[in-house]
Amino acid sequence: MIEVTNLTKQYGETLAVDNLTFTVRPGIVTGFLGPNGSGKSTTMRMILGLDSPTSGTATVNGLPLADHGRPLTSLGFLLDAGAVHPTRSAHDHLRALALTNGLPTSRVDEVLDIVGLGEVGKRRSGGFSLGMGQRLGIAAALLGNPDVIMLDEPVNGLDPEGILWIRHLLQNLADEGRTVFVSSHLMSEMELMAEHFVIIGQGRLIKDISADELRAMAVGEKTQVRAEQLDDLVGLMRGDGIEIVSGDRETVSVRGLTSGEIGRIAQTNNIALTSLIPEQRSLEDVFMSLTHDTVQYQGGSRMEAAA
Amino acid sequence: MTTALTTTNPSSPTAPNESSESIMTTTTLTAPVTATRTPKVPTVGVIKAEWLKFWSVRSTAVTLLAAGFATVAFGMIFSAVAESDEPAGPAALLSDPVDLALGGIGLSEMIIGVLGVMFVAGEYSTGLIRTAFAAVGKRGRVIRAKAAVLSASIFGVGLAAVTASVILGQAVYAGSEATSAVTDVLDVIFGTTLYLVGIGLIGAALGFILRSTAGGIGTLVGGVFIGPNLLNLLPDSFTDVFMKYLPSEAGAAMMTQVSNPDLLSRGAAYAVFTAWVVGLLGLAGWLVKRRDA
Ligand SMILES: Nc1ncnc2c1ncn2[C@@H]1O[C@H](COP(=O)(O)OP(=O)(O)OP(=O)(O)O)[C@@H](O)[C@H]1O
Ligand SMILES: [Mg+2]
Repeated sequence: MIEVTNLTKQYGETLAVDNLTFTVRPGIVTGFLGPNGSGKSTTMRMILGLDSPTSGTATVNGLPLADHGRPLTSLGFLLDAGAVHPTRSAHDHLRALALTNGLPTSRVDEVLDIVGLGEVGKRRSGGFSLGMGQRLGIAAALLGNPDVIMLDEPVNGLDPEGILWIRHLLQNLADEGRTVFVSSHLMSEMELMAEHFVIIGQGRLIKDISADELRAMAVGEKTQVRAEQLDDLVGLMRGDGIEIVSGDRETVSVRGLTSGEIGRIAQTNNIALTSLIPEQRSLEDVFMSLTHDTVQYQGGSRMEAAA
Repeated sequence: MTTALTTTNPSSPTAPNESSESIMTTTTLTAPVTATRTPKVPTVGVIKAEWLKFWSVRSTAVTLLAAGFATVAFGMIFSAVAESDEPAGPAALLSDPVDLALGGIGLSEMIIGVLGVMFVAGEYSTGLIRTAFAAVGKRGRVIRAKAAVLSASIFGVGLAAVTASVILGQAVYAGSEATSAVTDVLDVIFGTTLYLVGIGLIGAALGFILRSTAGGIGTLVGGVFIGPNLLNLLPDSFTDVFMKYLPSEAGAAMMTQVSNPDLLSRGAAYAVFTAWVVGLLGLAGWLVKRRDA
């Protein structure tokens, strides 16, 4: 379990993380989403004890990570897949990491096999492709067989097959009861992977929400209506707070009434509906509008401050 | 090795792993009880890791061996040239046969200082230092482990190279009366080796302080190798007082059996040089613990 409480980080003028509070629970994959520069990596560095918070706390299983005797057995992490020495072999890289936490060398071979790098473990990691580098980073995260796994943009640069592989791996880890916390700036990468989302913008929490709740938000406010006596129906639907925009001759788009309500109006007035389609937004779209709002709000308030 | 998570009954927490006698029986956690206070890894694990890192990378391992080779090769060249009695040769500058045999130290100390910087600052540029700090938890342990590995590696290679230089240098020199007492020669061998270790540690400290290979090497070369030569241009009244306390000048006193009124006594030189090394490593530790990694 990861608990972040009133976490704030200020770098000079930049408020990178602003009073964040959330809990990452075991047994599910939690997606950590936010646009570029929203503070995801900074939050993760604070969870790792690398950057010290300006205020607030971040704990792993109830304790700051640095206070764990063998941190890698509590939390496995991937911060930057490029953090390897190019002339050192993948095997040596992992073995050095294993030694710091008193883990046996046999575990190095195990994790190399898990991520599919068993064959190339003795090769210099500098020659690895982007995807292989990412797999090596994930191998390092699995090394201590930790109950908490935290990955910063693990999908970055992976091909569809690689993304699928990570999705299955993370799902399995979560099914084993582990806490899995994965960041991304793209909802499209996360929507099939995560069961819960922590969404931030400008360092602030926007939504701490389950995937189901988020999908419910994706059901749009508008309904596309086609009917034989469309003009009559439009007349009946008119009312306070209801917006009707006509599309082509036989279609209108209605906001302010649910498709159920429209259906009932049509039925009681003997109007035959030819189609009734609730607008469905993509999760990406929901994410964009959620984070876009904060960005705009921020921009506005900053301009006011300057004026 | 750890197993997959066990589903523990909240009212009767089971031992999460083999060494958990210290877990109190009153813990009532709702989440699966995990090893929140795992026993610390012994520092030797961190040292082994740094040892592997040092010797598994060409840039560090080969650089150190190159420094050792340069010590011996240049020492032999200088000794051989001196024997041929060329008045313009190094013999004109170096009078003592042992000093002559260690004529290559000027180059090796620079290589080793740069090695110290690279060993640390290189991890700042790759990002590996963050991995190490997060994986170990306590940054001081990483610094101490790196210092221990550098010291042991430089001491081993340095002692072998310096001893070989002195022996082989004497062999090719052969022309002069060997007047040095064995204890004096041993003093020079150890003094030189320890100076190399110290220079490597100063390089490492600069790596931690400046977090940049270029900055670290620049400061090292400027502060230890070139700076003192520039200070020589200042009035003697000034340099006579301060010069001898610089790391390079204290080092010069550690590395010779010839007494020189411009240098500190051997004992004072050790004390001053140690103060530089410990002081810079202390500053490095103080900064690293306070700064974001
Ligand atoms: N060490 C630092 N010093 C100064 N500013 C920083 C530092 N690290 C991050 N920032 C700033 O803090 C903000 C948050 O950055 P962060 O890297 O945490 O965002 P992110 O969500 O991980 O972005 P991305 O999706 O691009 O990885 C940015 O404005 C960034 O410029
Ligand atoms: Mg980031």
